[in-house]
Amino acid sequence: MDLDDTPEQAAYRAEVRTWLDEHSSEAPVLQGPGAIEDEDEIIAARRVWQGKLAEGGLAGVVWPKEYGGQGRGPIEQVICNQEIARAKVPGILDAIGVGMLGPTIIAHGDEDQKGRYLGPMLHGDEVWCQLFSEPAAGSDLAAVQTRARLQEDGSWRLTGQKVWTTNAQFASYGLLLARTDADVPKHKGMTMFIVPMDAPGVTVRGLRQISGEAEFNEVFFDDLAVDAGAVVGGVGNGWGTALTTLMYERVTIGLGGEGLGYNSTRFAGAIASDEHARRDPEVRHQLGEIGSELLAVRFTGYRTLTALQKGQIPGPEAGLAKVTIVNGAIKAGDLIADVQGPDALDKDSEWAYMISFLPGLKSAGGTEEILRNTIGERVLGLPPEPRLDKGIPFSELRSKEGAPA
Amino acid sequence: MNLALSDEQVFLREAARGALSRFKTLEAAREALDGNERALPDMWPAACEAGWPGLLIDEAHGGAGLDVFDAMLVLGECGRVLAGVPLLGHLPASAILNDSPTGASLLEALATGERRAAYLPASPPSDVSDHWSVDSRSGSERPPTPTATSADGGTTKVSGKLSFVPDAPGANVLVGVALLDGKATGVAIEANAPGVSIEATTRYDSTRSLGHVSLEDATATILDAPEESLAAAWYLAQALIAAESLGSVETALDVSVEYAKERHTFGRAIGSYQAVKHSLTEVLRQLENGRSLLYYAGWARHGSPSEFPLAASAARSVAGRALDHAARTMISVHGGIGATWEHDAPLYFRRAQLSRRLLGGTGAATDRVAGELIAQADAA
Repeated sequence: MDLDDTPEQAAYRAEVRTWLDEHSSEAPVLQGPGAIEDEDEIIAARRVWQGKLAEGGLAGVVWPKEYGGQGRGPIEQVICNQEIARAKVPGILDAIGVGMLGPTIIAHGDEDQKGRYLGPMLHGDEVWCQLFSEPAAGSDLAAVQTRARLQEDGSWRLTGQKVWTTNAQFASYGLLLARTDADVPKHKGMTMFIVPMDAPGVTVRGLRQISGEAEFNEVFFDDLAVDAGAVVGGVGNGWGTALTTLMYERVTIGLGGEGLGYNSTRFAGAIASDEHARRDPEVRHQLGEIGSELLAVRFTGYRTLTALQKGQIPGPEAGLAKVTIVNGAIKAGDLIADVQGPDALDKDSEWAYMISFLPGLKSAGGTEEILRNTIGERVLGLPPEPRLDKGIPFSELRSKEGAPA
Repeated sequence: MNLALSDEQVFLREAARGALSRFKTLEAAREALDGNERALPDMWPAACEAGWPGLLIDEAHGGAGLDVFDAMLVLGECGRVLAGVPLLGHLPASAILNDSPTGASLLEALATGERRAAYLPASPPSDVSDHWSVDSRSGSERPPTPTATSADGGTTKVSGKLSFVPDAPGANVLVGVALLDGKATGVAIEANAPGVSIEATTRYDSTRSLGHVSLEDATATILDAPEESLAAAWYLAQALIAAESLGSVETALDVSVEYAKERHTFGRAIGSYQAVKHSLTEVLRQLENGRSLLYYAGWARHGSPSEFPLAASAARSVAGRALDHAARTMISVHGGIGATWEHDAPLYFRRAQLSRRLLGGTGAATDRVAGELIAQADAA
């Protein structure tokens, strides 16, 4: 039992650290003195920085070499992330593209798609967004209604609405899950498409959250035309393709929990700075409970890494760590606000932002309720909830739900 | 990075499960609650046969020279079946002696299990309390640890009272912490020495052997274990009771899940209802968090000793709550029958309620986590 690098991992870490030592000064400054403030300039600078990371081999660590990656494993990805954090420089801008969508295209795309899209994605020249969720398809993702209709010339026309789309406002492309056949059961009638975000018929609108900031978007498609080459993984196979993306999403969440900064030491710092609170038994009790759970998640992450190192793929139980992190951070924010009073809710307080951000995070990447269903069924082996949509064509289902198909 | 069981550890765990399966521990627990304490099997011979008494004693002194994580695996198996193996007392005591050249002569008989030790639990000072303290007979105030009079050669006389000491009845030697000239010092006391009295007691959980220990000028061997080792014994005890509790959670969850698959209401298995499914996944969530903290404690003992207090206390805190929640869920998933003598659930419930109040209680462990985190934040 150890947390040490193997000799190979240590060598890789040294390699990454050397590169960062040489290039950190080229990274954009996003916090503190001299920080870039203009949103567009930040994005532009981070694109350039992602390109440098890619040239240095610090982006696409797990991508195969033939597509510009390093062909390494998830442990090396984690080492790379750790070293980037240690160097206090920004990571890649397009974590969704490189972490989830690129691997999906590598797994399901054709050679033309891989040749055309992967390079610019890796280098930050073209940022990507994930167009899966819809206003009426979140937990039940297979209920997507965005409709793609085949034209006589083999091209497609897409109409519908997507939501919770990170980075859509500056993305060049999106990976979009659409319904192509409403007359078969819902999991069978879907297809994955690559869509250009700057084409006529695409409208992106920022979606402001509790904090007042718009970190997500709504994206509207009004008769967007794409050609036959936009289909990824074959017509009717959209669900299988989406599952690949979601698997990579779980890996990303499972390995990235502490990256959000929700850790016990940081929260303890907010209590420690208050002479009265740090001796208050009730405050200490709450801090102890929250801190214990967040420490547990750190070591759950190491257990996940051990499994990955042995070639195992993290299962849905990684979702439990997400439940712990989010609920722990919610309790921590509440405790800190109790201790600091209204100052914790000042617009410039780091806690005000966290407190505002967490209620939404509870539903991100699967609501807590859906995660508990999945884990109950797939890990504990409990029987599934009876379903009323099994084997029923999507169009009939829609009419049962009282809406047009 | 390697936080997985080694082949030897898997073998140790499986062997423990096999050895314990020869006893009808749950039936005995119920009978003992009914007043027949002789129903409880003497599990020490089986423990000796398996080599558990010497788990934490160096090979040079006849032990297995294993580490705290290995001991936690054995305690976890004991917890699964509520086996009353007196390791919670013996192992921390043997760990102190193993770090004490002056106590080395005691080790060989303790390693084979020919003699048995019990740990006199004393919690180290914290950021809000500057003295060593022990569990009290009643009430929330924690008395100071026993005191020793001036040393005479390698021995001293120790006086003090310790309450609810795990596995004290029947132990041959008591190992703990006394204040000698104001300094925390390890002491080993023969249980049959003049001035030592051990009053056996049980509370609520018949499988848990406890004793009130009274020392009046009892002759003690002064141990030269460093103070760090005396503190580590407290945290080792925290980690062991955490591991034992999580073993009990495993059984409570397994039994509840099986029942939720079989029992039908309104035409469907109750495990298909979200209310039931979600409460069982909550048990799993707490169990997995606890397991991760056992790895943390197991790693920290030698990988990062300054974190061992935090890791072991966090494991104790999470495990105590996990077992309470698991036992209550076990009862509610089974419905009314779960709250009756007919079912095993009350045995796990009783275990949960008592375990959470021993060795300082989970509340003190939770407070210790806060104190350690605040110290970390101060240092950052």
